[in-house]
Amino acid sequence: MRLLPAGPRAVLVEVDGTEQALALYQRFETERPAGLATDVVPAARTVLFDGVGDLDAVARWLSGPEPSAVRPSAVRPPAGGRVVEVPTVYDGADLGDVARLWDMTTEEVVATHTGTTHTVAFCGFAPGFAYCAGLGREVPRLASPRPRVPAGSVGLAGPFTGVYPTASPGGWRLVGRTRLRLWDSAATPPALLTPGTVVRFVAVPA
Amino acid sequence: MSAVLRVLDPGPLTTVQDGGRPGYAHLGVPRSGALDGPAAALANRLVGNAADAAVLETTLGGVRFSVSMATTVAVTGAVCTLTVGGREEPWGAAVSVPAGVPVTAGPALWGVRSYVAVAGGVLVAPVLGSRSTDTLSGLGPPPLAAGLELPVGSGGRLPPSADVVVPRPRSDETVLSVHPGPRLDRLGPAAWDRLTTSAYRVAADSNRIALRLAGPPLPRPVASPTEEPPGEEPPGEEPPGEARPGVERPGVERPGAEPPTEEPPGAELSSEGIVLGAVQVPHSGQPLVFLADHPTTGGYPVVAVVDPADLPSCAQLRPGDPVRLRPARPNAHAR
Repeated sequence: MRLLPAGPRAVLVEVDGTEQALALYQRFETERPAGLATDVVPAARTVLFDGVGDLDAVARWLSGPEPSAVRPSAVRPPAGGRVVEVPTVYDGADLGDVARLWDMTTEEVVATHTGTTHTVAFCGFAPGFAYCAGLGREVPRLASPRPRVPAGSVGLAGPFTGVYPTASPGGWRLVGRTRLRLWDSAATPPALLTPGTVVRFVAVPA
Repeated sequence: MSAVLRVLDPGPLTTVQDGGRPGYAHLGVPRSGALDGPAAALANRLVGNAADAAVLETTLGGVRFSVSMATTVAVTGAVCTLTVGGREEPWGAAVSVPAGVPVTAGPALWGVRSYVAVAGGVLVAPVLGSRSTDTLSGLGPPPLAAGLELPVGSGGRLPPSADVVVPRPRSDETVLSVHPGPRLDRLGPAAWDRLTTSAYRVAADSNRIALRLAGPPLPRPVASPTEEPPGEEPPGEEPPGEARPGVERPGVERPGAEPPTEEPPGAELSSEGIVLGAVQVPHSGQPLVFLADHPTTGGYPVVAVVDPADLPSCAQLRPGDPVRLRPARPNAHAR
C-alpha cells in the first residue's frame, strides 16, 4: 500500500489491484469512521480519500487491519451484499468480434458471460456506470468510440463489463442490452450497481 | 405564495448553483456547485440567504430575468453592470426589485462568472441534495433558457445593510499555488520545474469541467519502472493500471457529456479518483485544472493539485489570461 499526495485535503492510496481496492473501500463502508473523509472513491488499483480534514488520521486508519488480510482471495461479495440480476438480450453489435477475439462461438461468449459471477469493482465516468469485474478474460476497447451508445447497452472492455446508464459516446464492445434502469436520482442508493454489488447477467429473448 | 423567476435572456450560459453534491463520487457523480464559492456565498449573505442557497451563475455574458413578486437581489463575482427596469443599480449590494420588472446583469467587465442571488434562493427541486446544474453528467436543472420559470423563495428576512463589497484585486498575472500530485513521477524529474516556472495562458475551451492551460508542453508521461517493485504482481494477472503501450483499456472514455480530454487508446494509467483542483496532463502536455464539474475518475496522470484557496480565482480567468503555477509552501493548508 502506497500513500500518494493529492493536495491538502486528500490522499490517493495505491494498492496491488482491483480486489484490494474494493476490499479497502468495503472496509471503509463497513467501519464508516466518523469525519474521516467526505468521498472515498475506489478505482482500478487505487482508493481516493477526499474531503479529508486530518490526513494523519487517514494514515492511522489505513495502518489498521490490512484489507487484503481480511479478504485474501479474489473479489468476493461482502456478507449480505446486494445481488442484482441483469436480464440481457445478447444481440450486441460487437458480439461476433468478441467471439473471434476469444476464439469462441457467440453462444459460448454468452455462456461465459452469464456463467460468471461479476462484482462491481468501482463506478466512474458517469453516474451509475459500474465496472463489473470477474470475467477472467479481456477484450480491447474499440479503436474509435461510437458517437452514441444507447442507454442499457452491455459492453466489455479490458477485464470489465459495463452497462451504460444513459446514452453517451462509448468505446466498449457491445454484447447486449438490458431494460433495467441503472440510475434513479430519487432512489437510495441512486445507482443500481454500487461498488461491491454482485451482478449476474441472465440471457433473455429479445 | 411562492414567487417565480422568469428567464428573459439566459446569456451564453447561466446555470443554477449551490454548494454542490459531494459524497457521491463513488457512484460516479461529480461534485458540481458554484465555481467561485466565496462569491456565491457573499451574494447570498447580501440578500439574507444561507450561504449555500442556490443562485444563478452566469458566464461572461450576464443574464436577464424578472421575478413575479417584489424581492431583493444581489450580484457578486465577475463585476458587471446591474439594471432594474432600466435604472442602474450597484453591483455587490442588496437591491430591491419590484414585481415583474426586468433585471439585467450585464456582461462581465472583468472575470467570467457573476452570481445572482435572489432573496429566499432559487428553489428548483434538489437532486441528490443539491440544486446545482452539473454540466458534465446532466444532473440537476438544465441550464437557463428564455421563457423558463424557476421557483424562488419569497425572501422575508431583512438583508444586512452594512456590507460594502469591494471587487477582488486584479493582477496582471494570476498565480495558483500547487501541491505535488500523486503521479508527478510519471512525467520525469523535470516536470515539476517546468510546471512551476512556465508562463501559461488560459485556453478558450475552458469551462466548468476544467480550466485548460496553454504553454510549453510538459514531457509525455513515462512508465515508471521504480513504481512497481518487480515480482510484486502475481504472474499472469496484469493489473488494469499497468502501463502497456499499444494495449487498449477501458476507463478512459466517459459516457456522458463532452469529454474534458481526448482519450486515446492506451492511456498510461487506468482510471483513478480525481480531486477538485487536480492538474492533469493529457498527451498534448498542456495541463488542465479540474473544476467543480470534473469527472470523478480519470486516466491521465495528475501531477499537481491547486490549493483549494486558489480555486475561486480559477472561476474568473478568461481565455488568454496569463497564469503561473507556483509551489505551495510545504505546510500551507487551505485557508
